[in-house]
Amino acid sequence: MSTTKHHGAASGAELLTVSGLDVEYPLKGFRRKPFRALTDINISVKPGETLGLVGESGSGKTTLGRAVLGLAPVTRGTITFEGNDISHATRAERRRLGRDLQVVFQDPYTSLNPSMEIGSILAEPLGVQGQSPAQARARVRELLDQVGLPSDAINRLPREFSGGQRQRVAIARALALSPKLIVCDEPVSALDLSTQAVVLDLFLQIQRDTGVSYLFVSHDLDVVRHISHRVAVMYHGEIVEQGPAHVVTRSPEHPYTQRLLLASPVPDPDRQAKRRNDRHRLLDAQRLEEASPISA
Amino acid sequence: MSVPVELVGQSGTVVRSNVIKKILKNPLGLSAVVVLLFMVVLAVLANVLTSFDPNFANIGKTLASGDAVNLLGTDSVGRDVWSRLVFGARTTLLSALLCAAVAIAIGLPSGLVAGYYGGKFDGVSNWLVNVLMSLPGIIVLLTVRAALGPSVWLSMVAFGILMAPGYFRLTRTAVQSVRNELYVDAARVAGLSDTAIMSRHIFSVVRAPIIIQTAVICGVAIAIQSGLEFLGLGDPSVATWGVMLNEGFKNIYLSPLLLVWPALAIGLTIGALVLLANAIRDALEDAEKIKAPKRGGNTAQASLATVRRRPDRTFSAVVEAGTEHHLVKVSHLGVGYPQADGSIKKVVDDVSFHVDRGEVLGIVGESGSGKSQTAFSILGLLPDAARIVGGSIQFDGKYTVAPTDDRVSQTRLSEYRGKRISYIPQEPMSNLDPAFTIGYQLVTPMMRVLKISKSEATKRALKLLDDVGIRFPEKTFEAYPHEVSGGMAQRVLIAGAISCEPDLIIADEPTTALDVTVQADVLDLVRDLQKRLGVGVILVTHNFGVVADLCDRVAVMQNGRLVEDGDVRDILRNPKDPYTQKLLSSMLEDKEPMTMLVSAGMPAAQAAARNDERDEKEMAR
Repeated sequence: MSTTKHHGAASGAELLTVSGLDVEYPLKGFRRKPFRALTDINISVKPGETLGLVGESGSGKTTLGRAVLGLAPVTRGTITFEGNDISHATRAERRRLGRDLQVVFQDPYTSLNPSMEIGSILAEPLGVQGQSPAQARARVRELLDQVGLPSDAINRLPREFSGGQRQRVAIARALALSPKLIVCDEPVSALDLSTQAVVLDLFLQIQRDTGVSYLFVSHDLDVVRHISHRVAVMYHGEIVEQGPAHVVTRSPEHPYTQRLLLASPVPDPDRQAKRRNDRHRLLDAQRLEEASPISA
Repeated sequence: MSVPVELVGQSGTVVRSNVIKKILKNPLGLSAVVVLLFMVVLAVLANVLTSFDPNFANIGKTLASGDAVNLLGTDSVGRDVWSRLVFGARTTLLSALLCAAVAIAIGLPSGLVAGYYGGKFDGVSNWLVNVLMSLPGIIVLLTVRAALGPSVWLSMVAFGILMAPGYFRLTRTAVQSVRNELYVDAARVAGLSDTAIMSRHIFSVVRAPIIIQTAVICGVAIAIQSGLEFLGLGDPSVATWGVMLNEGFKNIYLSPLLLVWPALAIGLTIGALVLLANAIRDALEDAEKIKAPKRGGNTAQASLATVRRRPDRTFSAVVEAGTEHHLVKVSHLGVGYPQADGSIKKVVDDVSFHVDRGEVLGIVGESGSGKSQTAFSILGLLPDAARIVGGSIQFDGKYTVAPTDDRVSQTRLSEYRGKRISYIPQEPMSNLDPAFTIGYQLVTPMMRVLKISKSEATKRALKLLDDVGIRFPEKTFEAYPHEVSGGMAQRVLIAGAISCEPDLIIADEPTTALDVTVQADVLDLVRDLQKRLGVGVILVTHNFGVVADLCDRVAVMQNGRLVEDGDVRDILRNPKDPYTQKLLSSMLEDKEPMTMLVSAGMPAAQAAARNDERDEKEMAR
């Protein structure tokens, strides 16, 4: 099924549409079959909406985010952004896209160049888009303010900041060009609990203020439930379930999502004991279900 | 606040000025810089400093010793030694720079491109580099001289080409290590061109090693060049130190001093270059060396030294009466690290708790709370630099850290560790040696600790693997660590931890690196084993869900202090301490989605800034 849409024609209200996407990595060795990281991915994100992508390590959720950003090879299928096919965008097209499509990575320690001051890090995307140094300077102040960092941060190096503060710098960098979509790749997984709360608040606030959309990748169902309008669950490179956040994260249909939900522990011994029992019952039931067609 | 700020290109200068300061503080670095500056001044001001042309020969005055006209005397054809030495400095230094410039011009860009793009260019250039490196340098230089004549400059260009592979390899490796860093990805997403990414983000990584390498290469170039000329293969019409060396050697019996001056110049310059390279390397290494605190050295240290001393074997204090029944009792424990300025930075401060047999204690806290340091001091696995600055630890009625010790007694602890106290680490994969099979890694400690035969240990290991829920114990026993998944590896480590029937298991974030469904399985396993074996467990974690799942009691830590401890239900349901309340309120479970968590009634940016201030105050306390 090829549903390539060109230049806004019939693209409806979707900001980002991914359809029939396969991503394969070639493996070393003569005539070896490539490694298939993603299979037949279909998702879409509306303006101002957050799509949460949840899955475990190796499920392909990060690869999907990277494919949208042009950092992973698209083998089949299309990625449409604002009606334009960007599956195989060139460097020049990517530069134009950089204005509307941005990223926040997981690790705030390696996503900022350790030898550059915060000011130059934030000014970099502005310079690429041809803003004058004076304009950039003003914008950098605004950005620091938007993420709650003092303006003297401009002259400081990333190592002078805590993990949470660095992640806010990374968010400010993503916001610099007022993008329409930000791909957030596990942006709170490396943070402490209380810092995570601060950063999640910031994501929500920014969305309310600017109407930006998020493609929010996380392994944590609680985080995804908190921040997403809709949720897609990934397992072994495929999307196994997708729908409104409250449905998928509270009463999931797919057996994997059910396991995922009951596996995350709750902070109360008695409720956790109940959840534990529910989980054991679910696992037993699923095991029976799995076994039955074989015995039949 | 509104100081005008230069935004672009500042970082480099800021960093570099610090490095220069550090080099000048280093006595060897300073003397190297002084010697090199002296040589450079000689070379630059050669015309002013001398009154003779280096090749002007006064046949009437050969092999003269120094006087007012010829400061250092004359050589066998009556040329002024001082002039030749000074002009020789110019030629020698310039030729060394030429060699380095050629090597950098070839090695650096090709290394950048090969490292960044990889692919065919990388393959071809690697092949070329291997060919170049297998060529014997001196023979190539002799060939060049034979073919193109005795020119200093030509031979240095050739030598530069021979040295280029060093730069190529250096650059390529450095670039490969950062090519996939997230900040490079972020620059790609921002739309930076490849050249911009290389010059802004990647070149900064190679800069420092290149500078160090260049200092060394210049030294080598001078040595090689002088060597060739000493053998008589140089250009006799150009004054260089090597040519002077050759000339001096011919007249060594008539005027030995002729040999001394060029030899001294060569030795000093090469030595200075090597020392400078060392000084730059030291300056670029971030970690400052901290001298071992000397007893009674300064006041802060002295007061500590009088109270606490190294534990010795014979010393064994009796624990406080009435506390012997606790499996582990930590009282007023303080752990600190000596700093460069002589003070001690405390990471654990006045922490007390106890664990009884068959009980699970959770130590909860965020990063930097000192929870792992506390666990490691019970295990005696603190880094060498760490000092116990207060308190004591007792295990089963005996001190492992007596109230006056300043380190954990390894001799006393080795009786327990691995036998009665065992450890489940955070990263299962990095705690298994990839070179040995899982079976070997389980069997060996059992043979040592339990003093049983290999076959008995093997039987036991298979049973343990079965106990921890591994479906095919024999297969896993034979497997190497890379052949099993992370969850399986953690089960293997748990099997190892219970293999010697311990009384206490210390688990440091045992499920943090695992997927959530695997985490649930591992928690089930730990709970089962704990119930079955009746061991005491100290569980270090940041996750309140894990605490609720396993623990009987909880201790909450913040910035090295224990802020609250008690029964798990009391703490999780009615936390008294504001920090515990803040942590629990940050949990997402049971929160209305899309609502603010910590910034009710104010913009999130303001809440974030306020949170930073609070953190800073906490740290300063």
